[in-house]
Amino acid sequence: MIIHEYQGKELLREMGVPIPGGKVAQTPEEAGKIAGELGTKVAVKAQVHVGGRGKAGGIKLAGSAEEAVAKAKEIIGMDIKGLTVHKVLVEEAIDIETELYLGITLDRARGTHVIMFSTEGGVDIEEVAEKTPEKIVKVAVDPRRGLLDHHIRKVCYAFDMSKENRKALGVFVKTLYKLYMAKDCSIAEINPLVVTKDGRMLAADAKVNFDGNALYRHPELEAMAEISEEDPLEVKAKEMGLAYVRLDGEVGIIGNGAGLVMGTLDEVNRVGGKPANFLDVGGGASAKVVTNSLSLVLSDPNVKGVLFNIFGGITRGDEVAKGIVEGTKVLNIDKPLVIRLSGTNEEEGRKILSDAGIETAATMEEAAEKIVALTRN
Amino acid sequence: MSILIDKNTKVLVQGITGKEGSFHAQQMIDYGTKVVGGVTPGKGGQTHLGVPVFNTVEEAVKATGADASIVFVPAPFAADATSEAIEAGLKVVCCITEGVPINDMVPVRAQAIEAGCRLVGPNCPGLITPGECKIGIMPGNIFSSGPVGLISRSGTLTYQAVDALTRAGFGQSTCVGIGGDPILGTYFKDCLPHFAKDEKTKMVVLIGEIGGSAEEEAAALVKELGIPAVAMIAGRTAPPGKQMGHAGAIVSGSAGTAAAKVKAFEDAGVAVPETMQGLIEEVTKLLGAPVAN
Repeated sequence: MIIHEYQGKELLREMGVPIPGGKVAQTPEEAGKIAGELGTKVAVKAQVHVGGRGKAGGIKLAGSAEEAVAKAKEIIGMDIKGLTVHKVLVEEAIDIETELYLGITLDRARGTHVIMFSTEGGVDIEEVAEKTPEKIVKVAVDPRRGLLDHHIRKVCYAFDMSKENRKALGVFVKTLYKLYMAKDCSIAEINPLVVTKDGRMLAADAKVNFDGNALYRHPELEAMAEISEEDPLEVKAKEMGLAYVRLDGEVGIIGNGAGLVMGTLDEVNRVGGKPANFLDVGGGASAKVVTNSLSLVLSDPNVKGVLFNIFGGITRGDEVAKGIVEGTKVLNIDKPLVIRLSGTNEEEGRKILSDAGIETAATMEEAAEKIVALTRN
Repeated sequence: MSILIDKNTKVLVQGITGKEGSFHAQQMIDYGTKVVGGVTPGKGGQTHLGVPVFNTVEEAVKATGADASIVFVPAPFAADATSEAIEAGLKVVCCITEGVPINDMVPVRAQAIEAGCRLVGPNCPGLITPGECKIGIMPGNIFSSGPVGLISRSGTLTYQAVDALTRAGFGQSTCVGIGGDPILGTYFKDCLPHFAKDEKTKMVVLIGEIGGSAEEEAAALVKELGIPAVAMIAGRTAPPGKQMGHAGAIVSGSAGTAAAKVKAFEDAGVAVPETMQGLIEEVTKLLGAPVAN
């Protein structure tokens, strides 16, 4: 789960991390009011679930409340990489002396959490890792002992820095780690972590994402989810308990198992088609789940036809076939379907489909070719 | 011969009285796996599916001499159950459960490494030595015994590959479904040395997907061990930043792309076919035409 900068900063503030003064606004008038209250030069920052907003013109400075209203007018409603901006964060503009980077995430290769710190803040950390890896220090934290003082020392003494900054950085590391663990974050990142001209260390941005598997134990985070930011079909899929990702092609794809569905997308692409979505019905899907999946995929107006790729282990072919036949009856489908059914109860399943006059294929390759031919016009 | 598990492996089922645990325990018994007992706290002393149920793994191990366990416990409790099995001294522990929080699993993975336990999963289909022992949820009937070792991050893609191999006459020594989560007990690189030492295994098939760097590490090790291998990568056309079903299947920035994984394998001299037909062709190149048995 992804949250906005202003929400991430709110979490940081609760933990006692210093952040610039400011508030979120949904209208230009509100933005002006906040700027007036702050009484300083402000930054008006688009709140949107995508990176690169600065380059896209989503961050603007304003010298007065009136100017803040004008800038907010420009930013609210703006489109950044396909997402509409609904909110702006209005906060005190800061005179930056130095920009640093601090982040904590899972190091998948090592199987530990890792603290990353760099003196090259304000830019994409991956770019730093590629071009100047010597400017990043990574400290792995033994998961069973947790964060110890020597981990913090390794971060703070990695680069030349004043005594005051070192001390402030140590507090940031400790607090960010506490937040990362307490809220089950998948990433907690402050980029840039700034040192101001008057010597304060502040979190000028905050990127906090959460482990979806752990959300059940954080009801307090639920309120932070912004459904308006998500694709409506993806929201609907989530409610139905389906793993669905919308893509931009025209071949609807439904299968069981993430790997198999990914493989099916690849295959459709290989034979010249473009998938409209990823949909994994999961293991042991019932006829009802299959019917729901079909209905969901077909509610995307770009879909010209649907390919089912099922390799049954715990999923039963006859159950899937029943769901498809039921779907064709209820949904009044006028688009081509091609079904590839293998594994558990495949014979029974194929019989149900052929009795209903639905096209089947023996292999994934054959199925992909058929659906691509049927949807090409 | 095989790796990790064979006909003598004695298996416990944690969560045996639950719906999933019960169903798959029966399937495992029907396959011929030596299921010696189950664990469900509060149901110790009962008999389920013809085997004794215990309250704790420790008790179960004492009474049955089990050496492996499979975990069907719901996600909020799965890491704890897995940790219990490692602490009880089991050498192979397989966690099937999907949706285990990362912060729960990270310390358990560390515990398994320290204890010398081969933890497989979570969010995986399990492992199978065809004709001998199945510790997992895969359909047993598609597997056949033979010279191909298989390691995979995906369940159903494994079934598809195994089905193609079996139909083409290439049996399998052991198949390990390592799982689709960002944090796993076993990666490709942990299985490869076992396969390299196994006399029955003549080659390895690796089925990877986008996200992480397990495939890149595997490619380097394949080369080092000099074991003949073929690899497949799912998600070549997946868009960056989108999680494709598996929690671990996501291209973040420039990390975890299919292109990097394909390149790593090809640089290591490992062919990366795009179709099942291509897979069979590459396996045939390495092993020759299958001998009818």
